[in-house]
Amino acid sequence: MTGGQSDFAQALLDPAAPTPAGLTNPDGAPATRRFNVYRNNVAASLTEALETAFPAIRKLIGEENFKAIAGVYLRKHPPSSPLMMFYGADMPGFLAGFEPLQHLAYLPDVARLELALRRAYHAEDASPLPPQVFETLPADRLMGARVGFAPAVQLVRSRYPVHGIWSYNMEDGAPKPAPRGENVLVSRPDYDPVLTTLAPGGGTFLAALLQGQRFAAALDATTAQVPDFDLTGTLGALFASAAIIRLDEDTTP
Amino acid sequence: MLDATTHRFDRLPDAPGVGYKPQHFSDILDQPGPVAWLEIHAENYMGDGGRPLAQLRHLAERFAISVHGVGLSIGGEGPLDNDHLARLKHLLGWLQPASFSEHLAWSTHGSHFLNDLLPLPYTNRTLARVCAHIDQVQDTVGHRMLLENPSTYLSFSETDVAEVDFLAEIARRTGCGLLLDVNNVFVSATNQQTDAKSYIDAFPLAHVGEIHLGGHDEDADETGAPLLIDSHGREVVDPVWALYEHTIARGGPKPTLIEWDNDVPDWPVLRAEAARAAPILQAALA
Repeated sequence: MTGGQSDFAQALLDPAAPTPAGLTNPDGAPATRRFNVYRNNVAASLTEALETAFPAIRKLIGEENFKAIAGVYLRKHPPSSPLMMFYGADMPGFLAGFEPLQHLAYLPDVARLELALRRAYHAEDASPLPPQVFETLPADRLMGARVGFAPAVQLVRSRYPVHGIWSYNMEDGAPKPAPRGENVLVSRPDYDPVLTTLAPGGGTFLAALLQGQRFAAALDATTAQVPDFDLTGTLGALFASAAIIRLDEDTTP
Repeated sequence: MLDATTHRFDRLPDAPGVGYKPQHFSDILDQPGPVAWLEIHAENYMGDGGRPLAQLRHLAERFAISVHGVGLSIGGEGPLDNDHLARLKHLLGWLQPASFSEHLAWSTHGSHFLNDLLPLPYTNRTLARVCAHIDQVQDTVGHRMLLENPSTYLSFSETDVAEVDFLAEIARRTGCGLLLDVNNVFVSATNQQTDAKSYIDAFPLAHVGEIHLGGHDEDADETGAPLLIDSHGREVVDPVWALYEHTIARGGPKPTLIEWDNDVPDWPVLRAEAARAAPILQAALA
């Protein structure tokens, strides 16, 4: 079907498109200025949704730059669902390919971190496993187990100090980020997501566990890369952020 | 699951309510004043858990809740989004709200959600489509819905049914109720250069289960004609309060919501705005 809502929707997102036919002012003349109210509403509301989703990116590039980028993004990637809380999922890839921002190579990873925070905020509630369960489990049974994580748990791995950059922009008095790569655990002990930068090797270890590998396999993969991997400290970080909810001692391979 | 006897609030009270904002959570519980019920936007509570759902569960113990959807696209040319309908059914299922409402508007086209309440022409063809969508919604979610009159900024040359007749016929065919937004009536009448009071007088008030009041901004079109924008960012203006009083005098007391979604004020300001509706409702009850 031509015309109708196809034309209306297309013209909403294209500022250069003519006002669709058949829309009128009270005097019967074409409703150009009036149609622009809808145009403005769509662009403004989606820009606002992106501002809510990416406060650190906004800080990093400045409010005006962010508005300009949001205007490009919302036309290239309009929402595919009415859940505005999850709008912006394509932002990391969009930023990675956005020519004027190539000098800020860490931006896509900061965007990935902000998306992970949002998902953690809305993730299903879960009851963490008490650390005592780990401490009392015989080593051989622990090594054969798989770890079940809370739905909020995510791992953001970056060649940049992504957690440091985020904190420096979002928290008063946070130190300047150190030049290093960071593996960041995103979790949610109660209602507020928390970020924890893992010790060297922690990214490999957590990634393996999140993939469903057994504890022993995850540890082997990690120590092969980082022989002095701090297992105790990493497990401490996982428990402190209420990341682990289950140990599965199944016997399937 | 739809057994209303197990639920404390099976209908909205004929009293003031407000659109719930998370920053007011503690204040609402501590000093509700005359605010007897709360409205939430359905889409903000479609996550899997966390603080939004925890707060909502808590508030639902104390207040009647109205679930107001903004994403169903009931006026859309395309089919309804089944995933979204399933999310809505889930929310209404566990929350058992006192009321559920949506808009006479569209917001989704193809795979794109445009995040605005967009207008549709009123014809026999669009009437049949809207009614089919409402039948589908009510059958799927197992809850009667209220349909809200829109704020409109322009007209369709295709339109050949008056909005009031369009809404009345929808209510007759589908059994849905209506949500009368008195500010929207004022905004649309000003923008379309029609008479707001005549609209209210023609409106089938017996079908109205809820009233909305909100603030608007003033602008002008390219001819200098007034163009009001439904911004929900300030107080309700006096002419809208007058139109509201006229509505209540004609139709009797109705649950009345203050919508304040942008530049949201501190709780005492919002509560005071809601309190303005209380004497009008009480006068109608007396």
